[in-house]
Amino acid sequence: MTTAATPVQHAVAVTDVSRVFAGRKGASVTALDAVSLTVAPGEFVSLIGPSGCGKSTLMRLIADLDTPTSGSIEVFGKSAKQARIDQDYGIVFQQAGLLPWRTVAGNIELPLELHGADKAARRERAAELIELVGLTDFTAHYPDQLSGGMQQRVAIARSLAESPSLLLMDEPFGALDEMTRERMQNELVRICAETGAAVVFVTHSIPEAVFLSNRVVVMSPRPGRIRDVLGVNLGRMSDRGENLREDEEFFHSVSRVRELLHGSTPTGARGVENR
Amino acid sequence: MSTGTGTPGIVFGSRRSSGLARTVLPPVLLGVAAILLWQGFVTVLEVEPFILPGPFLIGEQFTANLQNVIAGSIVTGRNALIGLVLGAIVGVLLAILSALVRIFDEMAAPIVASVAVVPIVALAPVLYTMFGANAETARQLVAALAVFVPVYFNTLKGLRMVRPVHRDLMRSYAASNWQATKTVTLPTAVPYVFTGLRIASSLAVISALIAEYFGGPVGGLGKSITSAASSSNYGLAWAYVLGSIILGLLFYSAALGLEKLVSRRAPTV
Repeated sequence: MTTAATPVQHAVAVTDVSRVFAGRKGASVTALDAVSLTVAPGEFVSLIGPSGCGKSTLMRLIADLDTPTSGSIEVFGKSAKQARIDQDYGIVFQQAGLLPWRTVAGNIELPLELHGADKAARRERAAELIELVGLTDFTAHYPDQLSGGMQQRVAIARSLAESPSLLLMDEPFGALDEMTRERMQNELVRICAETGAAVVFVTHSIPEAVFLSNRVVVMSPRPGRIRDVLGVNLGRMSDRGENLREDEEFFHSVSRVRELLHGSTPTGARGVENR
Repeated sequence: MSTGTGTPGIVFGSRRSSGLARTVLPPVLLGVAAILLWQGFVTVLEVEPFILPGPFLIGEQFTANLQNVIAGSIVTGRNALIGLVLGAIVGVLLAILSALVRIFDEMAAPIVASVAVVPIVALAPVLYTMFGANAETARQLVAALAVFVPVYFNTLKGLRMVRPVHRDLMRSYAASNWQATKTVTLPTAVPYVFTGLRIASSLAVISALIAEYFGGPVGGLGKSITSAASSSNYGLAWAYVLGSIILGLLFYSAALGLEKLVSRRAPTV
């Protein structure tokens, strides 16, 4: 939407993807049913929906942590598997998933170490990223000495280690309290503006999805389908800040997403919760 | 960030020392009280030493025969240590094999389970005839067998404790099997290995000592206890018992210290 008029290729192209999990005694669960979605380079797309709508499954398919039952997924024009092998994406999970026996710097260096970067380059890159996420004083600390929010910032720094053009984030702020969460969102907006990476962001928080995204993909459960895709006109990433949360357009988008989530026909007044 | 202003590594200096006094003092007091009570009981009721010698007599014998007790402890301790190292190495290696090869795990599980229920010390007489009554080999093997069981089970458990998020992470990095094993699986398992070693450490001493009761060369604590008791030197027998308690505690504390050291950064949850 806000990116260049003629994108050469999609960052992510999901075409007609279904994922059926075989259950016990022949019963099967359709987690995703014929889902199609594209993400442009540099675009921030949120997947939102109630539990069981397959949003995490979709993200895991894009990350090639799981394979679709049918349909195809391309990441930067390659198969998801090739993109994973080429390290085209960075990933952040709901749990920070840091290695407790490594320091903050050691955790951020991990992907670089696994891919054979030399020690000096690793050091330098880790220091850069630690500064980016504002943890300079904690370089030599161990994860259990950090708060949940700080751990998650380390995980984000780690995901950026290889300078990926795509970030996959599965409810990264889901376990954080509301205040930390908003602060992390502000930081993520800044980081995205600085790195220019495309982001697929899974969440179940409506304001979070609206605040961060160029587009919000609203999903419905059983079977997981895309109900609607909503463009958010809140300007460029680099211009988004704390005061955006008070913006009229922000509230408007929040209530539109809410209406889409709760059913097709909006009944009450705009912005009123109908549960 | 407001969360980041205080350094998380808070210094507990003074509180730790007073806490230490509070944790160490009560058991010491209780121990002293028990010894005095025991001595009082023996003195007042004039209990014969062959029934129960007083702690002062035991202490006297212990200091008078300190050289012999230490010599015995070295013999038994050496057997226990060799058994501990041998059993631990075999236990860890077989656990790794079981974790890697499913078929091996399925084959080994019932065998290891049956080894676990066999009173291992009962094998000692058989082993003495196998390796000769003049060698310490039988005792070391008994200790090794006793050690093997907890080390194997704990290591195997540790190797299976890799958190799903770490597994996903390794896959997302396209890490090779060996890389994933080295960076995640083994470090996750290490604290479990040392928990196994802690349990095994006292088993090693007990097994090496009890194995001496069934034959083999003289010199160890077990043999010394039986020979002192059979020559009606009950104070001395108890002095050797005290020596074996100290030896067992030494092994246990060493293993506990190691465990604490390696599991400082153990994964929680």
